[in-house]
Amino acid sequence: MLEVHDIHKSFGAREVLKGVSLSVDKGSVVAILGPSGSGKTTLLRCINFLEKADGGSLTFDGERLDLARMTRADAARIRRKTAFVFQSYNLFRNKTVLQNVTEGLVVARRMPKAQADAVAVQMLEKVGMADRCGQYPHQLSGGQQQRVAIARALATSPEIIYFDEPTSALDPELTGEVLDVMRQLAAEGMTMLVVTHEMAFAREVSSHVVFMEDGVVVESAPSADFFERPGQERTRAFLRRIAGR
Amino acid sequence: MIETLLQNRTVQVLIESFPRILLPGLAVTIPLTVLSFAFALVIAAAVALVQFARVPVLRQLARVYIWVVRGTPLLVQLFIIFYGLPSMGIVLDAFPTAVIAFSINEGAYCAETIRAALESVPSGQLEAGYCVGMSWWQVMRRIILPQALRTAFPPLSNSLIGMVKDTSLAANITVAEMFMATQRVASYTYQFLPVYCELAVIYLMFCTVLTWVQKQGEKYLNAHGFN
Repeated sequence: MLEVHDIHKSFGAREVLKGVSLSVDKGSVVAILGPSGSGKTTLLRCINFLEKADGGSLTFDGERLDLARMTRADAARIRRKTAFVFQSYNLFRNKTVLQNVTEGLVVARRMPKAQADAVAVQMLEKVGMADRCGQYPHQLSGGQQQRVAIARALATSPEIIYFDEPTSALDPELTGEVLDVMRQLAAEGMTMLVVTHEMAFAREVSSHVVFMEDGVVVESAPSADFFERPGQERTRAFLRRIAGR
Repeated sequence: MIETLLQNRTVQVLIESFPRILLPGLAVTIPLTVLSFAFALVIAAAVALVQFARVPVLRQLARVYIWVVRGTPLLVQLFIIFYGLPSMGIVLDAFPTAVIAFSINEGAYCAETIRAALESVPSGQLEAGYCVGMSWWQVMRRIILPQALRTAFPPLSNSLIGMVKDTSLAANITVAEMFMATQRVASYTYQFLPVYCELAVIYLMFCTVLTWVQKQGEKYLNAHGFN
C-alpha cells in the first residue's frame, strides 16, 4: 500500500537519510527501530511531507510521486488518506477535545457538524476520552492528550496512521494507556507505521521491523525473525544494548 | 463649607471646563482612537502575515514600511501629511489626516507585535493542521491566528492605551480634540495647573476603562482554552 524508495535528506552538510527504502502492506504494523539520531523521525516526516526530501519516490495506493518534485497539491491529496500522531501530541491548543477531533472533518472535509460530532464522540469513546469532550488540551495529562490525538487521527478514516515516537514524551506510568489503544488498533487491522523505542511493544504488536542506523536501513525483517534471529551484527549489538538497560 | 469651596474661582473653572474638555474627548478623541486603531490592526495583520508567510517582495516592502515608520516621529508624520502633501495637490481635512497618520504609525508597531505572536505559536500546530488535511490558510485562520491573538492581546492593549494619549498630538494639526479644548480653556482662564491636571485625570479615566476592558478580555480568553 505504501512504498518508499531511496529517500535522501540532508540538513545543510549533514546527510540524515542516505537512501532509505521500505514498504508497508495493508493491515500490517511496521515498526521503525534504531538508536537516537538514526533518522527515523526524519524518515517519517519525509513520508508525510512535513520535510521535503531531496530525492526518492513514494508510492501510495498505486500513485507514484517523485518526492523532490511533488507539489503542495500532491501532498494535500495524499495526506487526506493518512494520519499522523506526533511525539508532542500537537493538539490544537485553542480547541476543545471534541473540536480537536472534528476540525479535520468539518474544515478540511466539509462534513456537516452534527455528523462530525457523532464521529468524534465515537472515536473518543474508542480511546476512552469521551467524557472529556468539553475540556481543553492543557487540562489533560500527556497520556490523555496523546489518546485524543489518536482519536483525531482515526476520525478521518485514514488508510494508514504514522506514529512518531508516540510515547517518548510521556511519563513511564502513562505510556501503557497509549500503547493499549495502539494494540487495539493493530488488532482491528489498522495499517500503522510506528517509530518507537518501545521494544516490548514492537515485538508484540508489529508484524515487520525496520532497523535503521546512521541514515540507512541496516535490517528489515518480519518481527519474529528480527528479535529471535537478527541477521546483522549491528542489529545484535543494538538489541544487546537495549536488553542490557 | 461646600458653598465656600464652590465659590472658589479655581473650583468654578474646573467645574465649568469639565464638560468642555470631556465632550471633545467623547466626540473626537475616542472616535479618532477607535478608528485609527481598527485600521492599524488591519494594516498590522496584513504586514505581519506577509512576513510570517515569507511572501517575496511584499515581505521586503513590509520591512521597509516598518523601518521608515518606526524610525520617524509621529508628529513629523502628521505634519508631512497635513502641511506637506497639499503642496503636491493632496489636501485632506484634519480629522482624516489624523486617522491616516495614526493608523500607519500604529500599524507598524502592532505588525511587529503580531509577527512575534505568530512566531511564538509552536510549528507543531501548523503541522498538525496539515496532517488532518487542512490548507495553510485554514490552519492560519482557525488555529494559528487565534492562538497568536491571545499572546498579542496584552501588548496590543498596551498600544491602544498608548494611542489614546498620542491622539493629543492631533491638536497640532487643528483637530479639536481634548488637548486643544483644554488649551483654549487654559488660555482664557489662566488656570494652567488645575486645568491641565483636570485633562490628565480625564485621560486617566479613559485609560482606566481600557485597562478594565483588557482584564475582562483576558479573563474571557483564559476561559476559552487560550492559556
